[in-house]
Amino acid sequence: MFHWLEERPFFFAVGVFLVVSFAGLIEILPNFAEASRPTVGTKPYSGLQLAGRHVYIEDSCNACHSQLIRPFKNETDRYGMYSLSGEYAYDRPFLWGSKRTGPDLMRVGNYRTTDWHENHMWDPLSVVPGSIMPAYKHQFTQNADLETAYAEMVTVQSVFGVPYNKPITMKDGSSETVKLGASFEEEKANMLAEAKLIAADMKNQDVKDAVANGEIPKIVALIAYLNSLK
Amino acid sequence: MGNQNPLAYDYTVAKWFLWATIAFGIIGMTVGVFIAFQMAFPELNYLFGEYGTFSRLRPLHTNGVAFGFTMSGIFATWYYVGQRVLKVSMAESSFLMAVGKLHFIVYVLTILLAVVTLLSGITTSKEYAELEWPLDLMVTLFWVLWGVSIFGLIGIRRERTLYISIWYYIAAFLAVAMLHVFNNMEVPTYFVAGVGDWYHSVSLYAGTNDALVQWWYGHNAVAFVFTTPIVAMIYYFLPKESGQAVYSYKLSLLSFWGLMFVYLWAGGHHLIYSTVPDWMQTMGSVFSIVLILPSWGSAINMLLTMKGEWEQLQSNPLIKFMVLGSTFYMLSTLEGPIQAIKSVNALAHFTDWIPGHVHDGTLGWVGFMIIAAMYHMTPRLFKKELYSKKLMETQFWLQTMGIVLYFSSMWIAGITQGMMWRATDEFGNLSYSFIDTVTVLHPYYTIRAIGGALYLIGIFIWAYNIYKTMKSGRELEDAEVNVNKSPMAENR
Ligand code: HEC
Ligand code: HEM
Repeated sequence: MFHWLEERPFFFAVGVFLVVSFAGLIEILPNFAEASRPTVGTKPYSGLQLAGRHVYIEDSCNACHSQLIRPFKNETDRYGMYSLSGEYAYDRPFLWGSKRTGPDLMRVGNYRTTDWHENHMWDPLSVVPGSIMPAYKHQFTQNADLETAYAEMVTVQSVFGVPYNKPITMKDGSSETVKLGASFEEEKANMLAEAKLIAADMKNQDVKDAVANGEIPKIVALIAYLNSLK
Repeated sequence: MGNQNPLAYDYTVAKWFLWATIAFGIIGMTVGVFIAFQMAFPELNYLFGEYGTFSRLRPLHTNGVAFGFTMSGIFATWYYVGQRVLKVSMAESSFLMAVGKLHFIVYVLTILLAVVTLLSGITTSKEYAELEWPLDLMVTLFWVLWGVSIFGLIGIRRERTLYISIWYYIAAFLAVAMLHVFNNMEVPTYFVAGVGDWYHSVSLYAGTNDALVQWWYGHNAVAFVFTTPIVAMIYYFLPKESGQAVYSYKLSLLSFWGLMFVYLWAGGHHLIYSTVPDWMQTMGSVFSIVLILPSWGSAINMLLTMKGEWEQLQSNPLIKFMVLGSTFYMLSTLEGPIQAIKSVNALAHFTDWIPGHVHDGTLGWVGFMIIAAMYHMTPRLFKKELYSKKLMETQFWLQTMGIVLYFSSMWIAGITQGMMWRATDEFGNLSYSFIDTVTVLHPYYTIRAIGGALYLIGIFIWAYNIYKTMKSGRELEDAEVNVNKSPMAENR
């Protein structure tokens, strides 16, 4: 049979294709619906947080940081509760990473604060002696891309049914709503309102001035995102 | 395999891709060495503003070496090996010639745009699939062109039976096509919302599903870029260079179909102890162990091809590169499955042991095979004697030393890191803060960077040797080209 195949490229190719696609079908398809259901208390990202997530991706923080806490005592001691599938329901793309040159950040919002991040992102060495993390000073002067964040919110709402503007039940039974403005201007106002709260906890005067003038530097969005990781 | 080739093969496209292989090899590995030094000396992050940070450069390295260096090498060998084993010349079909040239142009354009976009931080973040959708489309285009070339050339072949190398090229083509399409399913946000960057997109899959598809892709990108086409190369170049017949046809058959069947299942080993279902993690783990069989099958088949001819290992540096390449292939296909065992993975995952493992394979196996293949092709493409055998020997030993420094330092670093993360004191509290586990690695990061620099020096020697061959190598007669051992200047 193999000799026969080796003289018939078409059937050979079909054979190879069937053999390689088989595993994908069996492994990936059955679980798809199940894995995408959010856990109770998991909210979609707000506009500002999403803009911050884009900064995280643009500067490839995932090259050094994971966002996946494995179910071992040493990891839960260090980083908090191990990760659950549904907690990632709104993560497009997932950001688990593959290398922990720096610590896991899945729940960094529980134990680091805005002012800590501000100092650390400006100069990691001065906060944690011996750190090999780069400083990200350009994030303090460049503005976040709010339009693209808004475009992504609209897209995930209309294509994937992400529940913006709908009540979401939290763990304690209360309910919360993540807003999405009907137009970019409206959403930008939401983002600015959130940015003001963050800027209030920061000390960099240029950043504070920018936010007061209706701009949002990347660092503010990034910190909003990091604070949301819980 | 006969030594006579009455046909005049047309190597235009092969030559172009040879240049690309060398150029992207130099770029990709220079960046690799640079980021390796950054991990030891973080001040190096600030030489080029935001574009020079480790995090912008790392994807540039991985894409540069995988899709620049390795893929050019694959295409260069295809446009050489394809014609020879199918016994047709590209000159016989102006259509296939045009396709080949277009393939090269679209490919190089894509890679150059990839460099620009990755440096600017335009990325999807998914490893080895960082490129945004417009570039994904360009990848699709040059991939289709490659497919047309493969099946076109097969269509007009004179040799009816497809040689083993062709099986592997076909498999690489089909599998990567499938993986690329499914992993890059994304919705461009501009077309839905009408605002924002036009090139931005959002993944079709979320969270755990996204991870599952990504590592089904990511692992098999390794399989079908770093393994399958490289096996295609060794099945052609080792028997050619040594003048020996492939040891066993049955073994090649078994290894081929075995590899095809098993590889795709093993992606789950990237997700052990993650939130994907347990049974998939277990499958990933088990099939990774099974994967040793077809992998070692090919490697052993190659080593045994040298049976009775081991003295060539002394006299011919190209045989050295290929035999050691095969050996590194065995090392990394044993090491990978060990890392896929759940309890080992608990320690190894997220540590430096993983890049250590990756580079056994990429430096030792992929790098060495491509280096040897380009050396073998050069005298045949340019009808010139290889400029210097001594330089080849020097390159071989420098690079081998570099690889040993790389993987030994990363083994120690990875295991140290993994042990320190989990260490607890007598009261059950964590013994080390995270930063302790970073600073302790400084010496190993330094050693790795030095090892990488040695390897890179070897790459420059390789480029220089090939360049000098073309410029001032001795001209060869046809009869001198059609021999097994590549003609090389023995005393220089
Ligand atoms: C070269 C690898 C590297 C890159 C790239 C990197 N980091 Fe880090 N990061 C580290 C290391 C090492 C530490 C631990 C030492 C420290 O706190 O500075 C760390 C620590 C952190 C911490 C503190 C976590 C904790 O639990 O104490 C945060 C937050 C953080 N990084 C965020 C980021 C963000 C955001 C980015 C992207 C803009 C980023 N990092 C990019 C290596 C990196
Ligand atoms: C010149 C020698 C090289 C050096 C010094 C080097 C260095 C590095 C460094 C420092 C990293 C990042 C590791 C980390 O994040 O901890 C890396 C990652 C990587 N390199 Fe290289 N590299 C070299 C050559 C190559 C080659 C030739 C290939 C492939 C053909 C390759 C493929 C990769 C891949 C796939 C990764 C990602 C690994 C992972 O995610 O675990 N490298 N390399």
